Amino acid sequence: MSEEKTHMVPYSTQIAALLALLVLTGLSVAITQLEFGGYNTLAAMLLAGAKAVIVLAWYMHLKYEKQLFPVMVAAVFVIFLLVLFVTFFDYSYR
Amino acid sequence: MTIHRDDLADKFGMWLFIFTELLLFGMLFVVYAVYRSMHPEAFRIAGEELDVALGTINTVILLISSATVAMSITAIQKGDKKRCLQLLSITLLIAVIFMVNKYFEWGAKFEYGFYPGSDALAELGHGTILFFGLYFFMTGIHALHILIGIGLFIYVMLQVKKNKIHQTDYIWLENTGLYWHLVDLIWIFLFPLFYLIH
Repeated sequence: MSEEKTHMVPYSTQIAALLALLVLTGLSVAITQLEFGGYNTLAAMLLAGAKAVIVLAWYMHLKYEKQLFPVMVAAVFVIFLLVLFVTFFDYSYR
Repeated sequence: MTIHRDDLADKFGMWLFIFTELLLFGMLFVVYAVYRSMHPEAFRIAGEELDVALGTINTVILLISSATVAMSITAIQKGDKKRCLQLLSITLLIAVIFMVNKYFEWGAKFEYGFYPGSDALAELGHGTILFFGLYFFMTGIHALHILIGIGLFIYVMLQVKKNKIHQTDYIWLENTGLYWHLVDLIWIFLFPLFYLIH
């Protein structure tokens, strides 16, 4: 048996997270109708990022896990950004 | 003698697997970003060919399924086996509906003559070929993950039914949940990048 006491997330929290996710989805569909002068993709990515944080923190329990877990997820995200940066650096100056 | 169990290590292993998945899709997003920056106009026009309504429906139901699988874990923690199985059934049903929608969506594209390597696409130039190549490849790998998820949910539901997964031993359910949230997480980014290009 593992001696760790696991955290129980109440149904109400999970429903609240779902409602937030649905509102953000509605928003991201709605903003495609608007003209932000090239910032639409950025806005869409920020909304998607917010949704990702909700899923990671509440549904994937990162909020309740040992700190090592969120730190590792952040590290993977940094690796992704570095690869994105290096790739664009390469493409922009060749 | 009790059998040694280490739930934390099991979960840790699952997260390591999730990281490989995130990097797999992450690198595909890098490819997408480079090609889109090279062909912005073609990507925008090609994106308008996709069915926003169907994409939105699939986004909404996938989010609901993420909530139901998260709630099924709460149910098993409370020892409520019946509620747990109900919530998992809803999740399984939604996974199947997602695939049915995908079938109609891809079917419509194929009917239109849009499929990898098709003549209709070849006439539309580089940018369009790249967009649809990435569309079929990325949503295809994602759909494969949904299919694997369906198999996992069937297995987990049988284990719950047989009391192999129960109030004090539910790591299989928890890791399956993590897998399903990963599939949802990837869709959260696929949806705006393919269906909602402005």
